[in-house]
Amino acid sequence: MPIAYIQRTRERYAEYPPYKWAVNTEAPWAPLGKPLKDCRLALLSSGGFYVEGQEPFGESDVSYRLIPKETRLSDLRIYHHGYRDADADRDPNCVFPLDRLREFEAAGVIGALADAAVSFVMTYSPRRDLERGPKIAAELQRMRVDAALCVPV
Amino acid sequence: MSAAWDLTFAVRPPRAVFVNFPLNHETGKANDPALQRRILLDAFRAFETLWAPGQILTLPYVWDPADRSWEDTDFGPGVELYGVGTSIQGGFGERTLGRAGAPQV
Repeated sequence: MPIAYIQRTRERYAEYPPYKWAVNTEAPWAPLGKPLKDCRLALLSSGGFYVEGQEPFGESDVSYRLIPKETRLSDLRIYHHGYRDADADRDPNCVFPLDRLREFEAAGVIGALADAAVSFVMTYSPRRDLERGPKIAAELQRMRVDAALCVPV
Repeated sequence: MSAAWDLTFAVRPPRAVFVNFPLNHETGKANDPALQRRILLDAFRAFETLWAPGQILTLPYVWDPADRSWEDTDFGPGVELYGVGTSIQGGFGERTLGRAGAPQV
């Protein structure tokens, strides 16, 4: 059975004020106008990935990093204070499947992989987290992305 | 991608694909490229099969068919979840935080 994370989070952090989860009653919708094999796909990750040499993330950080699609996974780093990253450390593809998406691009499963993946970290301020969304959307438009694969951690 | 059905249902993204794996394994297990590939190919079908905003496609993968006890304990009190700082490929994280010795799921 799926874990009830909202309930379990309440129990785990019982001594803190309850987190105010986002609850939406409607979802936006944009139909995908063509088959995925003709689409440019972008990878989005909240896993705190960046490339060695880029500025690491920090506390309450609402910036994001563009990770060029040809980046070797061994050049990736993680800065994140919110998840158990031991497996992501061993093999980022379990939550940042850049190798797999490159294979799909080569095999023609997707039309193209966007020039860069986008990665960021969570903060404890939903309001500040929302500041980042439009900036990332603009990056995706700039890269002429048709579809995005969002992988939260 | 989602590994937290209740959170995803609350947030209601346009399209979602649920995999009942521990958090941070939304696209598979580490060092199992065949599984990662299968999960992603299945997930891509959401683009073709989900037809109304907010639908969630649930994939049938099971983390460990012989032992589902992680579902009873994971993310609960006393389960170590956090790292702080920089890690990947045996760097700061494993050594400083002792995560190498932490229970693996």
